[in-house]
Amino acid sequence: MQTTVESRHYFVPEPSHWPIIGSLALFCMGLGAAFAINEMPVGSFVLAAGVALLVWMLFGWFGDVIREGLRGLYHAQEDMSFRWGMGWFIFSEVMFFGALFGALFYVRVISLPELGNMQHKLLYPEFVPSWPLVSGPGIQATYEAMQAWGLPAINTLILLTSGATVTWAHWGMLRGHRRVLSNGLLLTVILGVVFLTLQMWEYSHALHELNLTLASGAYGMTFYMLTGFHGLHVLLGTLILAVVWLRVRRGHFDERHHFAFEAAAWYWHFVDVVWLMLFVFVYWL
Amino acid sequence: MAIADTAGHAPHTGKPTGLGRWLFATNHKDIGSLYLWFSFIMFLTGGVMALAIRLELFSPGLQFWQPELFNQLVTLHGLIMIFGAIMPAFNGLANWMLPLMIGAPDMAFARMNNWSFWLLPPAALLLLLSFFVPGGAAASGWTMYAPLSTQMGMGMDMTIFAIHILGVSSIMGAINIIVTVLNLRAPGLTLMKMPMFAWASLITAYLIIAVMPVLAGAVTMVLTDRHFGTHFFNAAGGGDPVMYQHVFWFFGHPEVYIMALPAFGIISQVIPTFSRKRLFGYTSMVYATASIAILSFMVWAHHMFTTGMPATAQLFFMYATMLIAVPTGVKVFNWVATMWQGSLTFETPMLFAIGFICLFTIGGLSGVILSVAAVDTQLQDTYYVVAHFHYVLVAGALFSLFSAVYYWFPKMTGRMYSERLGKLHFWWSMVWFNVTFFPMHFLGLAGMPRRIPDYALQFTDFNSLATIGAFCFGLGQLIVLYNLLISLRRGPPAVEHPWEGAQTLEWRIPTPAPYHSFVEAPEVDADDNGVIHAVRGGTHH
Repeated sequence: MQTTVESRHYFVPEPSHWPIIGSLALFCMGLGAAFAINEMPVGSFVLAAGVALLVWMLFGWFGDVIREGLRGLYHAQEDMSFRWGMGWFIFSEVMFFGALFGALFYVRVISLPELGNMQHKLLYPEFVPSWPLVSGPGIQATYEAMQAWGLPAINTLILLTSGATVTWAHWGMLRGHRRVLSNGLLLTVILGVVFLTLQMWEYSHALHELNLTLASGAYGMTFYMLTGFHGLHVLLGTLILAVVWLRVRRGHFDERHHFAFEAAAWYWHFVDVVWLMLFVFVYWL
Repeated sequence: MAIADTAGHAPHTGKPTGLGRWLFATNHKDIGSLYLWFSFIMFLTGGVMALAIRLELFSPGLQFWQPELFNQLVTLHGLIMIFGAIMPAFNGLANWMLPLMIGAPDMAFARMNNWSFWLLPPAALLLLLSFFVPGGAAASGWTMYAPLSTQMGMGMDMTIFAIHILGVSSIMGAINIIVTVLNLRAPGLTLMKMPMFAWASLITAYLIIAVMPVLAGAVTMVLTDRHFGTHFFNAAGGGDPVMYQHVFWFFGHPEVYIMALPAFGIISQVIPTFSRKRLFGYTSMVYATASIAILSFMVWAHHMFTTGMPATAQLFFMYATMLIAVPTGVKVFNWVATMWQGSLTFETPMLFAIGFICLFTIGGLSGVILSVAAVDTQLQDTYYVVAHFHYVLVAGALFSLFSAVYYWFPKMTGRMYSERLGKLHFWWSMVWFNVTFFPMHFLGLAGMPRRIPDYALQFTDFNSLATIGAFCFGLGQLIVLYNLLISLRRGPPAVEHPWEGAQTLEWRIPTPAPYHSFVEAPEVDADDNGVIHAVRGGTHH
């Protein structure tokens, strides 16, 4: 444990140039994206420059944080701050997915039945609400829904297994078994990559064989938006775990100081839980 | 870890200089000042837009702006004032004062704090630049209702991305506030003893983290509807424009309290100080603040009584909304009870605080009137609503901010502001605020719709009066600018303890506050509302 004197000095970092670079990056990304999606010139270049700046900033900033951690500047109180911070960050992510799930439930429970009722017969005489939706009400093209008990079920198993492997790695960390830690993490990263690959395969199947696109009405939009944002989070989680694995290989962390690992694991479990919700409400029911 | 480095562990003493001090700042006071100045500039920017709106409404017919530009001004006035002026101003005050009030060395994440601030200017720039792109700025009103928002030009896209950036900024700011309050309090300052301003900031931060991502989700759906073929808000694909309103107001109603709760916190510090009494009913204040926050998640559809929903839902949202008046009433009565039999003096912060209580109560009560579904059917989208929310946001949030800035000015700068100018600023604002916004109640009751550049002849007199009031009110804000600038340079040095009734921790440190305060955590013997009996330890440099 920390001595009292030590824990009374809370670490306050030196002035840093990384945040302002991050701000410039997001400005370029916002402006560039707005120009790019409206087919204005230079939009995509500005967007790409913004992304590059952001990546540079993330390397620099996290590099500073890792170096400070290695110099022993973080103690019990700082560690507690990081834990609170990560927890609230994940809560914000939960609320973001909450908005998209809210949209899913709204179209399924309220707007589709309403569009099929008597009052809307004049507007959409042919429309029969069903879930998953296969066409209409105003869309002519037909498309098919993704089946739950094929690839998605395998993906569920993969993510659940990866939750177990990351816990195995944690167990290794806590007992000082570096080999278990390293292998568990590597296995988790591999499972993440496999999940993403299968997900891309599934998308290609949906696009080419099921004729399912973002523009395929209520089913297509909720399917792609929810699984797409989830996929981005898996990608991010995999990258985070990969960085943690690289750090483990370099000998970072010990039994007591491994917040980065725990944060990555929390994030991974969060992504896992979102997937379970997705599997139940997007694919299965 | 591997290498112990106690030298790097002890905080640095030097004060950075030049532009880098502001661009790379990790000091909560510097970042707080950046927030406050930025929000004041945005207040003037949004204020100029408000005056442009009032100018057009001085007389019926179209004189100055085309309806498109008028709608853009209405939209950007709202967005700039909410996200650029009020929220950053409260965040700036929290940055400046929280560490001083709870005995923390800085904010919990000092570097992230810098990013929270420096994301604001790019976002504001995106919003303002959107005036100059083809199609102009977003013209949908700050609520960005679909299908208006799914149809406009690229100004809408810039607005969407600006909102994403503002969301990132305020979520990081909120995480910082929560962690600072929960983890960095001085030993002895328990949760149920900490100042109401800390409580209000904590609960507000919780609301921000809960709802800003929902707004991000809503505008993301607008973006994909606009460009990527989704039908979230389009019946042709099975979506529903009303769904936008549900998602938006799930964010939007807590947002109202994001702009009101910190104001309650400020008033709960200022009133006891100038009444020379302890805050009446501290515990009930804490619980009232928390109940307002929880209730704010279940009242959103009262903004949508006329967009169609089952009568049962209308009744639920109506009663839930009325329920919020109970904890809010608890607060108002507690403030009045605090003043009761106190030895009151009326320095500028106190004047603004009392002005706040009077006018916020009017705004709160007109809110209760609007919560009645049957009445709201008549008043929806009329100037009555405009009058209502300007009573809570201008006389509420803005007056509390003025109160706070005057109250803490001596501690921040080491100089006194001019009391004479401060009082002039208060009375001037008080009079012209009411001249501007009180007649809007009558206009709304008579049926004048909001967000329209033209109006029927019978509304002329009150509109002209409101325009005169608005220009005078706007002019009056130059008084505070002048007062602050002149006092910063030439104000008389502030005494160590300018308000003898102030008993919270920030008044126990030297004036002006040292650049690094509470480098070492003090141990305090504290009481309700952060009243400090004794401080041991705690060093500054």
